[in-house]
Amino acid sequence: MAKSTSSDAQMLIRSLRTAYAATPTNLKIIDLYVVYAIVTAVIQVVYMGVVGSFPFNSFLSGVLSCVGTAVLAVCLRIQVNKENKEFKDLPPERAYADFILCNLVLHLVIMNFLG
Amino acid sequence: MMAIAEAKGASALRNAFGGILGVFILLLIGIFAFSIRLFSVIKYESVIHEFDPYFNYRVTQYLTNNGIYDFWNWFDDRTWYPLGRAIGGTVYPGLTLTAGSMWWLLNSLNIPLSVETVCVFTAPIFSANAAWATYLLTKEVKGTGAGLTAAALLAMVPSYISRSVAGSYDNEAVAIFALILTFYFYVKTLNSGSLFYATLNALSYFYMVCSWGGYTFIINLIPMHVLLCIVTGRYSSRLYIAYAPLVVLGTLLASLVPVVGFNTVMTSEHFSSFLVFVIIHMVALVYYIKGILSPKMFKVAMTLAVTIGLTVCCAVIAIFIASVASSPTKGWSGRSLSLLDPTYASKYIPIIASVSEHQPPTWPLYFVDINVLAFLVPAGIIACFSPLSDASSFMILYLAISAYFSGVMVRLMLVLAPAACVMSGIALSEAFDVFTRSIKFQAGDINSESSIAQNDVSNVDSNATTDKSETVSKEPSRKNHEKEKEQEIVKKVTSKSQNGKKLLVLPQEVSAVVILLLIALGGFYVGHCVWTTATAYSAPAIVLKSYTPDGLRVFDDFREAYAWLQHNTDVDDKVASWWDYGYQITAMANRTVIVDNNTWNNTHIATVGAAVSSPEKAAWEIFNSLDVKYVLVVFGGLVGYPSDDIDKFIWMVRIAGGVFPHIREQDYLRDGRYHIDAHATPTMLNCLMYKLSYYRFVETEAEGFDKVRRTEIGNKKFELTHFEEAFTTEHWMVRIYKLKLPKNRIQGKLKNKSSSETYSSNQTRARNTRRNPWQ
Repeated sequence: MAKSTSSDAQMLIRSLRTAYAATPTNLKIIDLYVVYAIVTAVIQVVYMGVVGSFPFNSFLSGVLSCVGTAVLAVCLRIQVNKENKEFKDLPPERAYADFILCNLVLHLVIMNFLG
Repeated sequence: MMAIAEAKGASALRNAFGGILGVFILLLIGIFAFSIRLFSVIKYESVIHEFDPYFNYRVTQYLTNNGIYDFWNWFDDRTWYPLGRAIGGTVYPGLTLTAGSMWWLLNSLNIPLSVETVCVFTAPIFSANAAWATYLLTKEVKGTGAGLTAAALLAMVPSYISRSVAGSYDNEAVAIFALILTFYFYVKTLNSGSLFYATLNALSYFYMVCSWGGYTFIINLIPMHVLLCIVTGRYSSRLYIAYAPLVVLGTLLASLVPVVGFNTVMTSEHFSSFLVFVIIHMVALVYYIKGILSPKMFKVAMTLAVTIGLTVCCAVIAIFIASVASSPTKGWSGRSLSLLDPTYASKYIPIIASVSEHQPPTWPLYFVDINVLAFLVPAGIIACFSPLSDASSFMILYLAISAYFSGVMVRLMLVLAPAACVMSGIALSEAFDVFTRSIKFQAGDINSESSIAQNDVSNVDSNATTDKSETVSKEPSRKNHEKEKEQEIVKKVTSKSQNGKKLLVLPQEVSAVVILLLIALGGFYVGHCVWTTATAYSAPAIVLKSYTPDGLRVFDDFREAYAWLQHNTDVDDKVASWWDYGYQITAMANRTVIVDNNTWNNTHIATVGAAVSSPEKAAWEIFNSLDVKYVLVVFGGLVGYPSDDIDKFIWMVRIAGGVFPHIREQDYLRDGRYHIDAHATPTMLNCLMYKLSYYRFVETEAEGFDKVRRTEIGNKKFELTHFEEAFTTEHWMVRIYKLKLPKNRIQGKLKNKSSSETYSSNQTRARNTRRNPWQ
């Protein structure tokens, strides 16, 4: 039972890897950006655990800025993905412009809240 | 080719004409929404109403006089003496900033309106904006026709008018507009999937958080809707774009407002948004993996994920429950808890239970407040189901939740009003659609095979209803029953059709009659709204009117008393009254008060309550310890003003008894009821509130007969030992008393001493008489 589970897991990971390798490069770049943002957020949480959460607004703004850019990047990825039927008549420039605007608002708020 | 181009040109012209007509109608709706709220200005004067608006007015005055930085850092030492209140950090700044910026804009354009005028007319202006926002929201859900109908309905719905008349300068005036706007942007993002509207959604949510504590309704309703969409299998990437940026950006923006601060991540009211945030990410991941894997591998992935996921989930939930259970209220605030458990407030927090706006509404109130919409709403729900989209499922959820909460608290009827208007707008618009289409079809003579077949089917059903329609009288209830039958017939017939969407067509006469009846229904609604506004919801509560056989009698006692206070007392004198009048005293009389309507400190209010429930000497001690100089009492017994302080005395005793155990409610009751006549208990007859209300009452023309309680008072002639009467207004409605200064103290008595007494007897006498520390 355990053997089949582990072999299943290995097959699963292999098929995931091959399927993911087929995605276009621009989407992979966005995915890399998302991973980077999440890792930064995790580092900040660990740091807070070590040092304490005294300026809580700084901690909150730091973590939420990372999570926010990750979420916005995922939204961009959704809109730019050619396989997505719902967004096929949305020009990628418009998607990118929306992404920039939303990031602008997000970082304006972060700067204000950082304290 | 030419015919097609011609048809296109004709339809373009019709669309353009329709667009202009739509804009014109919207303009008229806005003007109507503004005008209907002006009854209070016409019948009384341009004055700020009630209690809470006076506080907002005072804050706005401070803002316009001193600028935004001083406002943000303002610590008010003229209320809650000696505690004070940090206003910058405890007020919802949206309304104040809105009115302040409107005043600043007008003044910079050299239109010199006073701050009071801007404050009085803020609410009507924003109700026009709210009507336009309703048009936009309903247009996203159903279409332009429904949008115009819903906007027209919202412009006059009495429950919204009651909180937004000219002069009602309260948070809801601006907040309802922000609520509808936020919902519009959410639905727009859901329909279009554009990140631009998601940004606007977050900014509109920020405006809502600035304006009203009811923003928690939004941040709980939207996650509920997302969960509903996921559970009913309507997950799409547009849902992710609509929800995820809102949570992150919304939490950040909400934390910017000082009143909310870190509550966004610490209190239970916001937890549902984070929970659904996590859930939507998991669902998005699942869909993504499903997209890139083959079905067999996907099954393997699912079994693996479920086993791992369950263990992780259990661990996380255990930690979460432990942290939440450690707080006594499980992380919810008192007001939210009283919404979830309606009996909570009456058991634990008497102050919340005593506010009249927090009581449950009665059934007739629904018909007064939303009138015809009450039975158009179910028709709207059915119309929303006929093509169920994300937007219409959102409206149905919004209606259901707000209908529940409106049943818990009267004040929340206001949140039900926009939902009811949207639903009714959809229902009316669908009805008009069916009947005008029937007339157009018959008149235009366009008969296809399917529609003839349809006609046969529908003729059979409609013959039955034709008989009904001919006998129906012009009563809205009966008419709507027939209209609901029509809707059911529409549903039955459309479900029977197999190829695509077949449109229902009814006979021309029926359609014409029903259209006239629908217009009559609208007429009844408009008539009711205008009547309700004019008679019930336009009173400013600070000036009262009554029509006696001698003519019109105006009671302006409140302003008379506050003006007396302002002109006849020192600037630093402290005035004690029940918390209802705190805002008005600080705003109009400009004196320091002990407690006011903010009710943030229950113990302080209980102290004042204990003082008025105690006998004179004990009350004097308590008031003296608070540096109080004047005590203000509202008394309605001479003229029959029903909500005076003796009427509220029940709550004073209860609140005081909650903190000071020596005040027992039983001491004031005889046979379980409060009396002020000869049957009253001695504690009641000796308490300060009784004495201050009825001092010298026998000398009036009423001779001791209390018109509100309709009895003669128990203790008629008495003197006040520790208070003296400073001022009583013309109709005895407000009475102001001054604390008497303490008498000069002499320790012991000076006795005559003869010089022949011995030293020892002198010594014993010296030891026996009390030593005077001042000599």
